[in-house]
Amino acid sequence: MNRVFALWQTAVGKKVAMAVSGILLVAFLISHMASNVLVFTAPEKLDAYAEWLRGFGPLLWVARAGLLALVGIHIAAAWQLTRMARAARPKGYARLEHQVSSYAARTMRYGGVLILVFIVFHILHYTTGDFHPDFVPGEVGRNLVVGMQVKWTAAFYAISMIAIGAHFYHGIWSVFQTLGLNHPSWNRSRVTLTLGLTLVVAGGFLSIPLAALFGLLR
Amino acid sequence: MHLDAKIPAGPLEDKWDQHRADLKLVSPANKRKFHIIIVGSGLAGASAAASLAELGYQVSCFCFQDSPRRAHSIAAQGGINAAKNYQNDGDSTWRLFHDTIKGGDFRAREANVYRLAQVSTNIIDQCVAQGVPFARDYGGLLANRSFGGAQVSRTFYARGQTGQQLLIGAYQALERQIGLGTVKMYTRHEMLDVVVVDGKARGIVVRDLVSGEVSSHAAHAVVLGTGGYGNVFYLSTNAKGSNVTAAYRAYKRGAGFGNPCFTQIHPTCIPVSGDYQSKLTLMSESLRNDGRVWVPLKQGDHRAPGDIPEAERDYYLERKYPSYGNLAPRDISSRAAKEACDDGRGVGPGGRGVYLDFAAAIARLGEDTIRERYGNLFDMYAQITGENPYRTPMRIYPAVHYTMGGLWVDYNLMSTLPGLHVIGEANFSDHGANRLGASALMQGLADGYFVLPYTIGDYLAGTKLDAVDASHPAFREAEAEVRSMTDRLLAINGTRTVDSFHRELGQIMWDKCGMARDKAGLEEALRRIPELRAEFWKNVRVPGAGATLNQSLERAGRVADYLEFAELMCRDALVREESCGGHFRTEYQTPDGEALRNDETYSHVAVWEYQGADAAPVRHEEALDFEFVKLATRSYK
Amino acid sequence: MSETMNLTLKVWRQAGPDAPGEFRSYPAVANEHMSFLEMLDVVNEGLTEQGDDPIAFDHDCREGICGTCSLMINGTPHGPKRAVTTCQLHMRSFKDGDEILIEPWRANAFPVVRDLVVDRAAFDRIIQAGGFISAPTGSSPDGNAIQIPKDDAERSMDAAACIGCGACVAACPNASAMLFTAAKVAHLGLLPQGQPERERRVLSMVHAMDEEGFGGCTNFGECQEACPKEISIDNIALLNRDFVRATLGDRESGVRRTAVM
Repeated sequence: MNRVFALWQTAVGKKVAMAVSGILLVAFLISHMASNVLVFTAPEKLDAYAEWLRGFGPLLWVARAGLLALVGIHIAAAWQLTRMARAARPKGYARLEHQVSSYAARTMRYGGVLILVFIVFHILHYTTGDFHPDFVPGEVGRNLVVGMQVKWTAAFYAISMIAIGAHFYHGIWSVFQTLGLNHPSWNRSRVTLTLGLTLVVAGGFLSIPLAALFGLLR
Repeated sequence: MHLDAKIPAGPLEDKWDQHRADLKLVSPANKRKFHIIIVGSGLAGASAAASLAELGYQVSCFCFQDSPRRAHSIAAQGGINAAKNYQNDGDSTWRLFHDTIKGGDFRAREANVYRLAQVSTNIIDQCVAQGVPFARDYGGLLANRSFGGAQVSRTFYARGQTGQQLLIGAYQALERQIGLGTVKMYTRHEMLDVVVVDGKARGIVVRDLVSGEVSSHAAHAVVLGTGGYGNVFYLSTNAKGSNVTAAYRAYKRGAGFGNPCFTQIHPTCIPVSGDYQSKLTLMSESLRNDGRVWVPLKQGDHRAPGDIPEAERDYYLERKYPSYGNLAPRDISSRAAKEACDDGRGVGPGGRGVYLDFAAAIARLGEDTIRERYGNLFDMYAQITGENPYRTPMRIYPAVHYTMGGLWVDYNLMSTLPGLHVIGEANFSDHGANRLGASALMQGLADGYFVLPYTIGDYLAGTKLDAVDASHPAFREAEAEVRSMTDRLLAINGTRTVDSFHRELGQIMWDKCGMARDKAGLEEALRRIPELRAEFWKNVRVPGAGATLNQSLERAGRVADYLEFAELMCRDALVREESCGGHFRTEYQTPDGEALRNDETYSHVAVWEYQGADAAPVRHEEALDFEFVKLATRSYK
Repeated sequence: MSETMNLTLKVWRQAGPDAPGEFRSYPAVANEHMSFLEMLDVVNEGLTEQGDDPIAFDHDCREGICGTCSLMINGTPHGPKRAVTTCQLHMRSFKDGDEILIEPWRANAFPVVRDLVVDRAAFDRIIQAGGFISAPTGSSPDGNAIQIPKDDAERSMDAAACIGCGACVAACPNASAMLFTAAKVAHLGLLPQGQPERERRVLSMVHAMDEEGFGGCTNFGECQEACPKEISIDNIALLNRDFVRATLGDRESGVRRTAVM
């Protein structure tokens, strides 16, 4: 534990914490996305899936606490790294040309804030039902479809999914870099893998609000 | 001035071993009581500072750059010689020694050069251990290449950045000692005087280039590793900051200056493009391994190089020196280029250039091989000239590169001023009248790693050194002199910039004391330099203040010293009525235009002793005895 | 043959570390064969003749190897050309009428000394912390006693080409010194001679880097693009891997180094 704490104390360590928490969150999102698209087959399948998850009882709460902790670590590291970066250049340039860094990379911090707002909204929307027009506990598939019928909500979801995609794109590539997973023979594949994963996960999520907006999800 | 070279007796092969056995030692417990100042952090300075600190001495190291890693050794491209005989091509300590003595046109000390060849092998071992990424063959063993003036492959290299990698090695060793607290490093500090107490060098006066503060530092011994003075010509391959100030001010305090006229003009540099030119860029001599040097056969042939047929080209080095061809030593290659251009056959703007052509090598080996060998140099050439050297031949011209002359030192690397040791390019010792390629790195590191650490101990153990600190009146006086010179420079407020004087001085030196010299020209230079100096002190404009970073002031101090030192060079060149190595007096040449040495009269080191501002310096001689090699006319035909 | 160009320079002027700074405009005349620094030399000669203070800027070898020159030129370290230092940048990269904005490197760890001159001693201190192989003079085996695969030597050399100019820090939106530090970690860590101290080295250097006040690396890749020696960010991945291994690994050094923190 001493060593983990030691790692955390350095900028590199904080990045490692971001990478590890990020990977685990990505893994969660993959399963989350995979279950969500069940809605295109039949909303009831989603209900069954939810029922199955609830069957884990207290373990579900452990998982939820775990996810929350991951988000917490991710944000704490980002916060501290941002502060370090600001302190590292107290006086900025009159002009700084970005040569290669992607828009995704440069907006990680803002995108991250947007995603945080989204997560809070998302929980109040579909988990507690506070923001839902007609929330019925247990009817997950129906709740999803009904919730998406509100135009601005669907639009907000769509925008947030694009933000998550951008965040993913730089984040996943960063994971390779930060954890030192590189080798000349497959460095090119890192980009392909990153792009593929981003398109699948963000695309999968995005399909639902888009489908709703175009009236395909009823 | 008493010149005792302190060369040990005995057979050449045993001199250094015997000498090491005879040198007095300082016990480990006593080493930390001795404080040594090292000025300069290039290959010689950094390696000496690190090695002495490892031994346990207290070391202070000073450099004018913002980091010791930036010293100009870093720019050496081609490589470092060592008599390893890894290539099984017949190399040996003797052969490296002999090549170096011959390359120096028999104007270097046998004992010093032999020692240099002996320790050359240790240098490679040391650098490998430090992590210098030398080029290797597929078997994982060290690779070698051949270099000008040698018929064996004994040059170790790290792409075209050998100097950089060796300096980084020494710098890392130095930084390690700084981290351990055994070396105190002063960056952006320029040495402006040596302080002599009771006839011994006991410290220095420096100016902090950031704050302008002038301060004194006392020690038991002072070591100068301050490089060469090629910038006396204004245009040279040296870094802009390279200067003679430390060496020259030591000379004014009593250190003899050896062979100041021995300067090396490097044959392969990018030609001058205009009057704003601030420096000349070297293209490594290693290019001559695969490039062929030529000019058009006819005068005033302005056709594009590709349009000139083979039969109308003069590959003059191959023609004149068939056994060495394009690998003839630097002085000879440079002079041959000058002759071709003087003959009206030069190429490029102003006709001051010759071609270095890779077409044959590309046809033989393929462009990829050439790119692998010289890619970074080709890129640099393209960057500077805007031309593609893979398609059209490079244009090159000689430029001032290295100074063999320097402060005179004995076999222990101590100058005529007791306690003042001089290492690397700053001393005069090992290259005679011409340095062979890849030998400067060897000498700098030999001095710093493997010679000075032994010999300085002998001085410290065998000399009575009273306690002296920076409050001693000699320090106060020297500081006052430094301040007064700074104040004078700032007060002139004339109309001409420092650089304009430096340029004018450089032109005089290049014309009259450059690749070819004669009596009339040198006498003219000796008339014009004092006039220019007088004008400088009346009419220079040094803007800004003393108590701040003031780059004009830094340059002004250096140019002031060059304006005096240039005269010493010309005097030396005038008195040496022979041609040898880089010193070519047009009056003394063979019928076919080769240098004509005069061993009867000039087989000696000329050592100049300062006599005050208004008196001519006195010339002393250290005879060079050639016990082990036969003096011969240098022939590369 | 060479066209004269008339340029306007907007240059950061600052009298000292604590003085306020400002941009000032200067006209400049150049031709395409001049280097960027020669163009500044000509401006400075003019300023001196007019009785003005010349612009202070760092430079030395002027052949792209000493790493002394710097300058943020139109928002890019060492100017618009790839893989080139300011001293090797030539005016043919600009055209008549251009306005050129010249700023110093900006980072907390690189305080401005005067005008365009900054203090990069933080880099030296990172090297002091561990950027070396402890090989005291005289202690080494024969150079060929250690065989090094050519590819390893080449990769090490790629990293060792770093000139310590600071362009990586200057270009990084976080002002991170990761590329500089990683280049040294890789240079020595890729060689057999560097193995005994490999873990110690990376631990000490990373901590020193943080202590100097550089920002963290967030994998923008701007450093690699700005590097005049084209040093790859693959070296950063290597540093990260070594650092994690050294901190969490079996050896004691990870804990020992952190114990003194």
